[in-house]
Amino acid sequence: MSIALKVPTILRTYTGGAAEVAVSGGTLAEAIADLDAQYPGIGARVLDDEGRLRRFVNVYVNDDDVRFLEDLQTPTPDGANVSIIPAVAGG
Amino acid sequence: MTAQTLSPAEGALLGSAYALACRECGAEYPLDASYACLECFGPLEVAYRPASVTREQIEAGPASMWRYDALLPVEPGASSRPGLQPGFTRLVKADNLARELGARAVWVKDDSGNPTHSFKDRVVAVALENGRRLGFRTIACASTGNLANAVAAAGSRAGLDSVVFVPSNLEAGKIVTTAVYGGTLVAIEGNYDDVNRLCSEIAANREWGFVNVNLRPYYAEGSKTMGFEIAEQLGWRLPDAYVSPVASGSLLTKVDKAFREFIRLGLVEDRAYQVFGAQATGCSPVSQAFAEGKDIIRPVRPDTIAKSLAIGNPADGPYALDAVRRTGGAIADVSDEEIVEGIKLLARTEGIFAETAGGVVVATYRKLLAEGGIDPEAEVVLLNTGDGLKTLDAVAPTSVPTFTISPAYADFESAYSGENA
Repeated sequence: MSIALKVPTILRTYTGGAAEVAVSGGTLAEAIADLDAQYPGIGARVLDDEGRLRRFVNVYVNDDDVRFLEDLQTPTPDGANVSIIPAVAGG
Repeated sequence: MTAQTLSPAEGALLGSAYALACRECGAEYPLDASYACLECFGPLEVAYRPASVTREQIEAGPASMWRYDALLPVEPGASSRPGLQPGFTRLVKADNLARELGARAVWVKDDSGNPTHSFKDRVVAVALENGRRLGFRTIACASTGNLANAVAAAGSRAGLDSVVFVPSNLEAGKIVTTAVYGGTLVAIEGNYDDVNRLCSEIAANREWGFVNVNLRPYYAEGSKTMGFEIAEQLGWRLPDAYVSPVASGSLLTKVDKAFREFIRLGLVEDRAYQVFGAQATGCSPVSQAFAEGKDIIRPVRPDTIAKSLAIGNPADGPYALDAVRRTGGAIADVSDEEIVEGIKLLARTEGIFAETAGGVVVATYRKLLAEGGIDPEAEVVLLNTGDGLKTLDAVAPTSVPTFTISPAYADFESAYSGENA
């Protein structure tokens, strides 16, 4: 099970500068857990103290915002693309 | 890089600004091109040391938003550098509208009078100052249209390249009024939230100043000037309430911030006021969260004629909720039909042609009055953020000649008498 996870600039200090890393897991929660196992500490940047996605983080699985899907329980099948992007506004 | 706390003495100063600070956890960073906290992803906001400015100093300033430059993150002298010099738009006493709605006192802050006909010239002006300061040669943005106009025009005036990203289904008027300035205009097959997301990725890989991404902390501060002007133009006092359109939620929160800054500086009397937000029902995530008493905003997929408000995932939504709840205000939403009625009501009563976002504000005010959500005795300022000429499609089907006749006097008499019988 390999998932391509895009790392935002502000988290690349954890990944040695890598913009994309391979993780595994059947759900987004498992994928983030594996990410944290590979790069200790990065999980706490994405999840709050209660293990929920932080309020100002947007996560997309195959281009869909997981808040429209099943949040952390969103399935991440083999070959899925996951993007973590800080929320920004505009207009 | 780890977060640190900068004392005002350590940080490089930019006016009275000394750092970028996380709104969520308070971590402080230097005044560079960044927008998200390294600790918690929270949005960064400009932090200031205490400023001191008098009414007289402001009144002696230019007739533009730069009269408030002491309260903005810009180097002195912004009014003398190439830019659009926006702001100091008119505040119109809307007595006819008030009479029709049964309200005591209504004003319209009419930002259609800015150089590219929307309030976005204000935010771009502050972003441009900082883009230039930080050495960017290209300014860019994700936009629902008004910002696209403002960035393209400001880039041309400042001699910088511009790259503007918009949803491809934007109103034709907003495409033309961006492309005419000659920068790069990229139409994306997707909605604004898709465009925004793409721009976040591009911003990470290009040395561009994205006004609403990596320059956003500066950009957002420009909206305060709409609030400063309202207070000054009312004769250095605050209204009982204002009604702001809500897209990202930034304008609503920054006008509130402006009022509180003026109170803190002693420029206006400290008094209670109420903050109201207005959304289109077809994109009303903040209104829904307000109605449900929630703090978390669930994103929606926009479907409304108010395209300038069609942000389904509003980053400042939680802060808009905070401001509204703190002041005892409300956020409500109105249908596309009500938006069109709102545009035409304002045009018919006050001679002001607002874009769809202005129609949302007028219609929401009317709805709140009808439902008892706002006191008809309250003196209210309605924020009109853009020009109706940019969203002609919304009113075109119902804005037609009263009658069409041959060029014969008898025909005119007959038709006019019939119309006015």
